[in-house]
Amino acid sequence: MSHFSKLSPEQFTAIGAEFDAIRNRVRADLGERDASYIRGLVKRQRQLEVGGRIMLMIPPTWPLGVAALSVSKILDNMEIGHNVMHGQYDWMGDPALNSKNFDWDSADTAKNWKQTHNVEHHTYTNVLNRDHDVGYGLLRMSTKQKWEPRFLANVPLTVLLHTFFQHFVAVQNLKIEEVLIYKTKTTAQLKEDFKPVWKKMRKQLAKDYVLYPVLAGPMAPFVFVGNVAANLARNVWACAVIFNGHFPEDVEQFPESILENETRGHWYVRQLLGSANFSGGRLMHVMSGNLSFQIEHHLFPDLPAHRYAEIAPEVRAICERHGLPYNTGSFLGQALSTWKRIFKLSLPTRGAGPVREELVTAELEPLRMAA
Amino acid sequence: MIATSSPTRFLSTGLRRVLGSRVAAAMAAPHSVDRYLELFDPTWSVNEVRAEVTAVRHQTADSVTLTLRPNANWQGFRAGQFVRLTVDIDGVRRTRCYSPANSVHAGNEHIELTTKAHPTGFVSKFLRDEARPGMIVTLSQADGSFALPQQRPERVLLISGGSGITPVMAMLRTLCDEGYTGRITFLHYSNAAKDLIYAAELAEIAARYLNVELLRAFSEGAQCGELQGLFHREQLATAVPDYAEATTFLCGPPGMMKAVQKVWTEDGIGERLHLENFTAATPVIDSTNAEGDVRFARSERLAANNGATLLDQAEAAGLRPEAGCRMGICHTCTCRKLSGQVRDTRTGQLSDSGDEDIQICVSVPVGTVTLDL
Repeated sequence: MSHFSKLSPEQFTAIGAEFDAIRNRVRADLGERDASYIRGLVKRQRQLEVGGRIMLMIPPTWPLGVAALSVSKILDNMEIGHNVMHGQYDWMGDPALNSKNFDWDSADTAKNWKQTHNVEHHTYTNVLNRDHDVGYGLLRMSTKQKWEPRFLANVPLTVLLHTFFQHFVAVQNLKIEEVLIYKTKTTAQLKEDFKPVWKKMRKQLAKDYVLYPVLAGPMAPFVFVGNVAANLARNVWACAVIFNGHFPEDVEQFPESILENETRGHWYVRQLLGSANFSGGRLMHVMSGNLSFQIEHHLFPDLPAHRYAEIAPEVRAICERHGLPYNTGSFLGQALSTWKRIFKLSLPTRGAGPVREELVTAELEPLRMAA
Repeated sequence: MIATSSPTRFLSTGLRRVLGSRVAAAMAAPHSVDRYLELFDPTWSVNEVRAEVTAVRHQTADSVTLTLRPNANWQGFRAGQFVRLTVDIDGVRRTRCYSPANSVHAGNEHIELTTKAHPTGFVSKFLRDEARPGMIVTLSQADGSFALPQQRPERVLLISGGSGITPVMAMLRTLCDEGYTGRITFLHYSNAAKDLIYAAELAEIAARYLNVELLRAFSEGAQCGELQGLFHREQLATAVPDYAEATTFLCGPPGMMKAVQKVWTEDGIGERLHLENFTAATPVIDSTNAEGDVRFARSERLAANNGATLLDQAEAAGLRPEAGCRMGICHTCTCRKLSGQVRDTRTGQLSDSGDEDIQICVSVPVGTVTLDL
């Protein structure tokens, strides 16, 4: 039975007020500390990027260069890009750290990502047919999805997805399945939608695979391969973090009807039940863009992410008080279970559909820089 | 005015051309080249004017005079114009207008800004208390039509009150530096002698330049000024009998400006009076009732405030602003508020009344609000 139906209307109201109180308190406390944190991180990312690109041109430092550029791209996409584009630092009024202007070192356009991620995924988290992430057709991620022979490729497709993650993310908002499968979108429309995406992709490809190699002169092959390696490292890491954060069992999915007359309290509970954390040290949190605090992020998507660690104990206490689950586990444990699950679902499910009826296992969002 | 750039400046023309090139932009994409330049020096920028505070002086108890060294992007100013100064206070970027007080002949290497800390002046108070040499600020290029005309007038009357002294100080210093031979009357109003900014320099200028007449008016008790009390017609007629022949530049608090304007209008010489408003009148706020208008600046529409969220009101006015969750989480609807105060429907908090970004789906106007929509 879903935890959702166990709560009384009074409890929903109380939960709403308790989470609002946390949000308001942190919002009121935002200031110099948060500004210094994000600026410091941006500075570190730039240093790593500039340093990495230079080291890639010098053979003895090449491995260090790959490492530095990989970390730089991960920081740019996760702790900086994802969080800034959520509007977590809009209050600073700094155009360079504003969700309206920020763009990241990724093939995906900021505009498309904000639509699929901030609007669709975060507002309608885990609501079937509304959260576009749920039931995405490429992989079979839920027993609710009917098995088809093509899902035999679940595992190799997942590997492919990790490898070319940034480009899969970039085309996700084009909703290609609407053209190929559902025929609700025309090819002409798809072409039109692809234009800005291709523009961004082209720039990114030209930068990493033409411009910097050319600038390196005789070291061009080193730089080229180094950039491939750094983009690959970022792709695999980002995808793994997202898979982990969205795949644990016991994460609930919801029917569209749940949105009717949804109060703020209901919304919070839905976010809570639709997310799961993973544990780790400070470095793990920064490198995952604090998506290790997926629950806190889904409750408060526009609070600066470095605050999630501080409010996590309070969130946990609220869950305990109301008998709600607070899903968390180790990174490795989550990763193993993720791959096991992907493998299992590539084969037909025995028995009549899902074992748990309401407590549906989460659909993960395979093609999105999710959170 | 002065466009020469010193060779010691960081961005020589060649380097600037490289940094402003398409190749540099492609290397930095999707970020701006500035984001990388800042790594080396916080004042380096391809386009932005950034300046380092090189000196901080406190001429009076409630004022601060900053000397700034702008980067090579600074194009100089005309005496009387203002700049928008942007500074981070507790992590939040704030922008205010200040008029440089230095002579335009002092070169492009320095800008002098003086601000008086008003009781409600958030930024001015911060600058007075916290500004230190080494602090970096962002500036706009100079702006505003309140400025000495290129063709210098034959007779100049400069009237100022309080911290409104800064633009006319720039005019006075500029005219003196260029050997202006016409007569200048510098008429300044302040509460007391101890509040007079630039007191020593004004006295020195008046002693040195025979064509400069200094008239200091203090409103508090009997003080050693040339004049007493607030501005009024009789006082002006006695102190500056030929005021009607002069080209007059006026900057001061609203009350004083109104009184001066009235005299000039009554005399039918309004076109000889140039003025600069530097303090906006404080709006009256009633948070209980929906009052005022919602102005959509870009689409030139106006609606009476009905108390709903700005997003709802914009849509009711026929606009289609970008919006997403309508509950304040996705920041799709974030929009520039040009003026007015809003209340956050989630926290009940009142915003600043200035220029800032707000989420219109969770903002209710309190009084008249102007949006860049």
